[in-house]
Amino acid sequence: MLSSTADHLYWMARSMERAENTARMLDVTYRMSLLKQTVAEPHHEWRAMLSISGLHEDFEDRYDEPSADNVMHFMALDEKNPGSIYNSIFSARENARAIRGVITSEMWEALNGTWLEMRQIHAEGIPDDGVSPFFEWVKERSHLSRGIAHGTLLRDDIFRFLRLGTFLERADNTARILDVKYHILLPSLSDVGGAADYYHWGALLRSVSGFESYRKVYRDLITPTRVAELLILRPDMPRSLTACMNEVNRLVQEINGPRSSELLRRCGLLSGELRYGSIDGIFAGGLHEYLSDFLERIYELGNLINTTYFWSTDELPPAMFATLPAATLSFNMPSPSQLMA
Amino acid sequence: MKPAYNEMLDPSGKVRPSYQGFAAWLDSTTPEFIARKREEADLAFHRVGITFAVYGEEAGKERLIPFDIVPRIIPAAEWQRIEAGLRQRVKALNAFLNDVYHGQEILKAGRIPAMQVLGNSQYRAEMAGVDVPGGIYAHIAGVDLVRAGEGEYYVLEDNLRTPSGVSYMLEDRKMMMRLFPELFARISIAPVEHYPDLLLENLRSVAQQGVTNPNVVLLTPGQFNSAYFEHAFLAQQMGIELVEGNDLFVRDNFVFMRTTQGPQRVDVIYRRIDDDFLDPLAFRKDSVLGVPGLFNAYRAGRVTLANAIGTGIADDKAMYIHVPEMIRFYCGEEPILSNVPTWELAKPKDLKYVLEHLAELVVKEVHGSGGYGMLVGPTSSKAEIESFRTKILATPDNYIAQPTLALSTCPTYVDSGVAPRHIDLRPYVLSGRDISMVPGGLTRVALKHGSLVVNSSQGGGTKDTWVLEN
Repeated sequence: MLSSTADHLYWMARSMERAENTARMLDVTYRMSLLKQTVAEPHHEWRAMLSISGLHEDFEDRYDEPSADNVMHFMALDEKNPGSIYNSIFSARENARAIRGVITSEMWEALNGTWLEMRQIHAEGIPDDGVSPFFEWVKERSHLSRGIAHGTLLRDDIFRFLRLGTFLERADNTARILDVKYHILLPSLSDVGGAADYYHWGALLRSVSGFESYRKVYRDLITPTRVAELLILRPDMPRSLTACMNEVNRLVQEINGPRSSELLRRCGLLSGELRYGSIDGIFAGGLHEYLSDFLERIYELGNLINTTYFWSTDELPPAMFATLPAATLSFNMPSPSQLMA
Repeated sequence: MKPAYNEMLDPSGKVRPSYQGFAAWLDSTTPEFIARKREEADLAFHRVGITFAVYGEEAGKERLIPFDIVPRIIPAAEWQRIEAGLRQRVKALNAFLNDVYHGQEILKAGRIPAMQVLGNSQYRAEMAGVDVPGGIYAHIAGVDLVRAGEGEYYVLEDNLRTPSGVSYMLEDRKMMMRLFPELFARISIAPVEHYPDLLLENLRSVAQQGVTNPNVVLLTPGQFNSAYFEHAFLAQQMGIELVEGNDLFVRDNFVFMRTTQGPQRVDVIYRRIDDDFLDPLAFRKDSVLGVPGLFNAYRAGRVTLANAIGTGIADDKAMYIHVPEMIRFYCGEEPILSNVPTWELAKPKDLKYVLEHLAELVVKEVHGSGGYGMLVGPTSSKAEIESFRTKILATPDNYIAQPTLALSTCPTYVDSGVAPRHIDLRPYVLSGRDISMVPGGLTRVALKHGSLVVNSSQGGGTKDTWVLEN
């Protein structure tokens, strides 16, 4: 397959998954902000949300305070924010447009339809009572395009690159969502185990559609250790880090290719560590530290996928530099090490 | 101006023999049925997204090319003559290209003024002495034909660079068969659907010697090009990769495409990018569409470009007048298809005549294409003519002029019902190891009453083209 085709497929899936996960992240923040304030500082949750997505600098440049309205607008509709839901859907649609001949017409029509509706929502704005329906809509559209891919695509590398984008993005986002607690609770650890804590973890579980699963698996109270275990180590939990990495690992093996040995090694290592990891071990080293390290490694995997399959620019003959398009539609989130620094 | 030749009706109003089958069928239908079918066609074209972008309009705006359901019908014997004429003409044009980039015998023989060739901006000095497989330069030629007066065909222009439109020929046929299958059962119509196979075979036949299973790709400027639909369509039909400049790179004078499984060699490039943009190292430095080093690989004989670089010298409007002489020189035959009489405004005598008769003539830019930058005297206002006169006087060498031909007409559905509209014909001639073509081509129709400009960019539409089988 042409590298550029694979690139478009991968970013099409990543962008749609990112739109969905941004909606999930906003949803959990929104739910938490409705709870009793655990800290005196206003807009605490929204500030946390910004720092997790690594977009707080961009936000501060253009907005005054991280109020619910401002952050919601910034993350959902702002056309200047490359990570907004609006831009993620735009990027998914533009990548799809470039490879219309490669994907099925149903896929194209669904993505194009999503974009047209998004434009409408963008023009009209999200009403105060329309926040939750908006998140639901984003999730449904993401479910729809994933479902169409499953129902209509030949199981070849086209399908694999789509899945690769989906799971790498999902792993990144689950780790970020899990880290929300760290950012929110950091100023006040006194409340751990209290009622507010229970609701926080409950909201977090719901945001990754994990509340019912948690009840089913543990049949017990919601505790931070178990939530983390469910979202990090359970291979049967579809948004867990282990489930995502197992999938990524299987996909890169199936795609293979002559330059893939380092990618295969790193994916194998990461999914192996998850498979044989224990939640006690993770907590011993600190959950936040563990997640930061995980995000760093996911970021590196993304870069490695670029050089393995899409050929990063520095491997091309120098003369090629002049011919690369100035604006590419794909973008990476900032490296976690840049964020944490 | 004499009344135009009507393809369907003779001057007494009787249906010509070639249209009798169609006319009988049309009589048996109701206006409601036709209206419904026309709507169906519109919907289907919209859904498939057969569109083209119009330059100069709002960025990214796409337009549907209007499709008319009354076919253009060509009798078998007429087509045989056209086909023989096209083969002869394209053969001579390729021989001319090979000659001007090698021995220049035709110039030495004084049959064409050397200055008009060597001093022409379309002449690519870089191509001098470069051998191309089989000596073929114009692998795909779109020759525009018009029918005038009593029904004789004239060649209006030869398109030897990156002629487009063939996807409409194929889609129009598909649409007609879908809308009116019964017609194809009634009337024997020569098939055109195998064009992509012929094209692929032709492209494979011009790979460099020693390449047994050539990898053919289609190089497009990208999705914002007006003909992108066609590029994607043809690549898909031929089962070859549709690539953009940055999918390709050159190393050690070989061309590779970047794939997820590593570099893969490319042997033949069906390019739909103009010469100027092919290689920023060799041609326009600001091109972001091309492939650096491509020209060197090409010159080294490691990759075939279709069409070759430098074909513009043969389809230039200044060279057009010499094509009959090329046919005589290279084929030793008299031309089967006629040229339209042409005035060269570089010649003072011609210039004087043309300036005195602007209101009757068609004036074209020598290097122009797509119906841009031309004047159709009889349908232009006084002001338009005067402003064009100023342009001509500034650079007379830049223009040629031709009499306004009464292009033949074909009945066409328009807002007020069915009315005759002017048409032309673009057959596609493929040259490789052999010359091949599908019967017919693309018929374009000027939808505006009285208009002679059939280009899609100027509001033209298309019709299915039927060559009858005996």
